[in-house]
Parts: sequence; structure tokens; C-alpha cells
Amino acid sequence: MSVLVYANSSEGKFKKSAFEVVSYGKKVAEELGTNVIAVTINIDGVAELQNYGAETIVTVNNDGLKVFNAQGYASVIKQVAEAKGSNVIIIDSSIDGLYLGPLLSVAFNAGYASNVVAAPSSTSPFIVKRKAFSNKGFNNTEISTENKVIGLAKNSYGIHENSVTASVESFQASIGDFGVASTSIDKAVGKVTIADADVVVSAGRGLKGPENWGMVEELADVLGAATACSKPVSDLGWRPHGEHVGQTGKPVATNLYIAIGISGAIQHLAGINASKVKVVINTDPEAPFFKAADYGIVGDAFEVVPQLISKLRDFKAQNS
Amino acid sequence: MKILVCISHVPDTTSKINFTDNDTKFDTNGVQFVINPYDEFVLTRAMWFKEKQGASVTVVNVGSASTEPTLRKALAIGADDAIRVNAEPIDGMSVAKEIAEVAKNGGYDLVLAGKESSDYNGQMVPGMVAAMLGFNFVNGCVGMEVDGNNVTATREIDGGSESLVTTLPLVVGGQKGIVEESDLRIPNMRGIMMARKKPLNVVEPTSSENATSSQSFEKPAPKGAVKLVDADNIDELINLLHNKAKVI
Repeated sequence: MSVLVYANSSEGKFKKSAFEVVSYGKKVAEELGTNVIAVTINIDGVAELQNYGAETIVTVNNDGLKVFNAQGYASVIKQVAEAKGSNVIIIDSSIDGLYLGPLLSVAFNAGYASNVVAAPSSTSPFIVKRKAFSNKGFNNTEISTENKVIGLAKNSYGIHENSVTASVESFQASIGDFGVASTSIDKAVGKVTIADADVVVSAGRGLKGPENWGMVEELADVLGAATACSKPVSDLGWRPHGEHVGQTGKPVATNLYIAIGISGAIQHLAGINASKVKVVINTDPEAPFFKAADYGIVGDAFEVVPQLISKLRDFKAQNS
Repeated sequence: MKILVCISHVPDTTSKINFTDNDTKFDTNGVQFVINPYDEFVLTRAMWFKEKQGASVTVVNVGSASTEPTLRKALAIGADDAIRVNAEPIDGMSVAKEIAEVAKNGGYDLVLAGKESSDYNGQMVPGMVAAMLGFNFVNGCVGMEVDGNNVTATREIDGGSESLVTTLPLVVGGQKGIVEESDLRIPNMRGIMMARKKPLNVVEPTSSENATSSQSFEKPAPKGAVKLVDADNIDELINLLHNKAKVI
């Protein structure tokens, strides 16, 4: 028995979620009185994982898995779990994690809980807390099967240092044919994505037109943040659909979410509520967003945001 | 092409979320139920295939009789017939088993579902159905075309999109983009009248196996009131974010 975690990486670098799942896996392993094994796919330099408690690191290198493939990755993770006798597998709840999770759970004959936000409250019965109702509630879920798959929500359990010395071993996975193949990837280079960002700067119709987004991008740049927008803004074509955050758009679970000129419709709040600290800048003190925010400025974005940019630049200069 | 569209019956987004019976049950009192918004996108795509390429469209739901108005709405939008599996959904796995059974028995070659339902947001059922049936699977799908057995699809990835090729039989977990919001259809009177006459078949579940079960619910801790900062005092905001919230 052991706990297996899949440490997600992209372009040769671990995702932040990799450290979250290792930290979480270590905690679950402690509760179960066993050890944690991390599996990595096509990444060199895996030693970093031992800072968070990975006692064993299993590396898989395979040219057939250069591009993420849900079926292929699920199959490899299952093979490692079986070879290592693991019966708990922990993955992240990234776009790719949520794609491979259900395939893995069926293949591994495991009960699966995704978007899990905390360490198990009990391991016998095995109960985890997961998000429900678009962040308006949580569900305590019992996983009753012997094999278990847990999808850890982003930015929830956190990263916990727990230094160990890991043994690193490579694993030869067998890869069959996949029914789904990637033909091309269209991705902005060098831009912080909403999924990876610690800070998201988001703006709404209050900005009056797409020509006014310069200051939003500038603020995001100062903060190393990703840019996002409300639904009306993407529907109007002011900003690309990929920036739409909210119920039917992308979910946001960052440390800091700054909403500029967004009133805070319930559908918008449902998508961003998992963010830790929310700041709203709006001319209308009655905007519903003020009820959901931690900090607020009632004021004109066209005056407040440029000041914020300049003051943040000074702050960054002093604190770097 | 035979298309099966999975319809989840969920509380409207604006519903107040409350729990009863010692926080073990969702309080449906005063809650309006709707077609899961993610499912509406794929249902609309299915209608497009039906009209442009000649497909039959069946909608399926796993639930009690109380979900039938939601299935009727899907019929009013244009689906040909509906199947309700007469079981209270327990978890993703048990729902997926029932849908896989319906898909297998009906010989469907394309199963469309919203990538998640807006109640549990688990993104479990479509992938599980695919794995149980041995069908190909595309999740987070924002565009697809079918030509014979060949399918091209686009899925959302972090910071962009990925183009994929695959073949039928296929399960797709879709989202906004597979059609645009402006393409969504509101049932008209004729559709509603016709929907009353369309077949809605009730089938009994094949198994009651589940892998997980709900023990209790919790609400998020109540949030403190917003701390307002004067528009002329940006330094204070920066100070709060740095020293108090520790996020910059």
C-alpha cells in the first residue's frame, strides 16, 4: 500500500499544482501510515519534489507522450500505481487533470472525488471535502472503494515543505494506440495563463470599450498577473473568449483577484469565488461585487487604476 | 448518426443554496431547476448536426420523475425522444454506468454531455461513460465537426486551444464555444406543443452500484464585510494587500 501522486509538468517545468499534490499526498500517506510516491512524465530534474515529501520519484520518459494525451497519461499513471501497489492516486484538478481523472478512475476501478479542497477528515471511512454548487457549498464525500482517485483543487490545501531524500527510479510504460490525437496547439507564448496565475486582473463593461484595456494589461504586467474579463465583455467581442471568467467561462482560484468595472453578477461570482482575496474597483457603491469582495474602492477606474499602477511600481521597486 | 445528449437537472445559478436534515440534503424548497447550462451548449450543437447532417437526437437523464419537465424542455428545443433512467443519482460513477448502458443498448455513436454539471462541477460523467464503453473521449470541447466517422475537435487548454482528430464512436464533454451563447435556443410554443407528444421512455436502472456517497454538506464560512479604501488613498490598499492579506 502506498499513495501515488501525479506531478503535473509542462514544457519541462513542474506546475505549481505538482507541489500541491505532493504536499497533499504526503499528508494522506501519513494518515494512512504509508509513504508517498510521485510519478512524473517527460521531465528531467525531478529532485525538487523531495522538498515536499516525495520519498520515491518514478520517472516515465516516452516519446509517445510528448504532448498530453488523457488516455495515454491515465494509462501510465495506472501502470505505475499497479507496479507500486498504490491504492490511492492523487492528481490535480487542472484542465488536463480533470480530463484524465474519470478515465483513470474507471481503468483503476476506483471511486473518484474531484475538486477536493482539504485533507481527508477521516481515513476509515475515507471522507474528503470537495467543492459543490459552483463554490456556494462543499460536500463531504465518502469514497468507499478500496482504490481511490482524488483530484485536488488548485490553491486549496497549499504547498507544505517537508524535506526528504528521495530515491529516483525510471519506469518503462507500455503505450498503445490512442483514439484521440493532437494535431496542433495554439497558445500565447510568454503570457501568464489564468490557470497558472497567482494574481488575476479582470475588467468589465465599466471600462467602456476595448481601447481602454491598455491599463488593465499594464496593471497585470506590474503584478505578474493574468488578464481576464466578464462575460458581457467577451460577448461584445472586446476581449477574446479565453479571457471570460465566471460560471460558463474559466474558473479562477487565485490568491488575488482584482475586478475593475465588474458589477458582480451571480454567474461571475460563482466562477471566481474560490479566489482567496478579492479587490473590487467600481464607481457604483451598490454593485453586488462589494458584498463578495475583501477590499473595495468606490471610484472611477480611469483615475484609480493608473494611480494603482504607478504606486505598485514604486512598491515593487522598493521591495525587490 | 445517432446522438445521445446527457441532460443534467440542476438548480438555477441564481438559486439560494441551503441544506436540510442536519446538512445532509440539498434543500430544494423554492429552487428552480433548469437544464445544466453546459448541457445546453452540446444540445444546441446536436440540433445543428440533426438539421445540417441528418442525425437523430435522444436526450437522457438519470433521475426521478421530478426531472421530466427538464427533459420536456430539451424535447421542446428539438430533441426527437427522451429516456429517463428511473434512479436517484448517487455519484458520478453510478450515473455514468446507467448512461453507458443506455448508449450501448441504443447503438449511439456520439454521446454529448456538458463537461460538468453546475451543481457538483465534478467533470466525471462524460469521461467515465467513454471509459466504460471504450469510446474515444474529448473533454473541454469548444468546437467539433463530424465527417463520416472522422471527427475534428478543438479543446480548451491552459492559455489556448488544441486541435484534435479522432473517430466515432465518441464521447464529448463540451462547453461554451461548441456553440456560442447567442446560438442557444429558447423553446417556442410550437416546440413546446410538439414536445408533449414526443416519446419520453422511462427505463429502470441496471445496477445500484456507487463508489462514493455524500455524507454531509457545508457552506463556506461567512465572509466579513468589505474593507473600503478611499480612492485617494491607494497606498493604504497596497499596504493592506502586502501586510495584511499578504498577496503581493
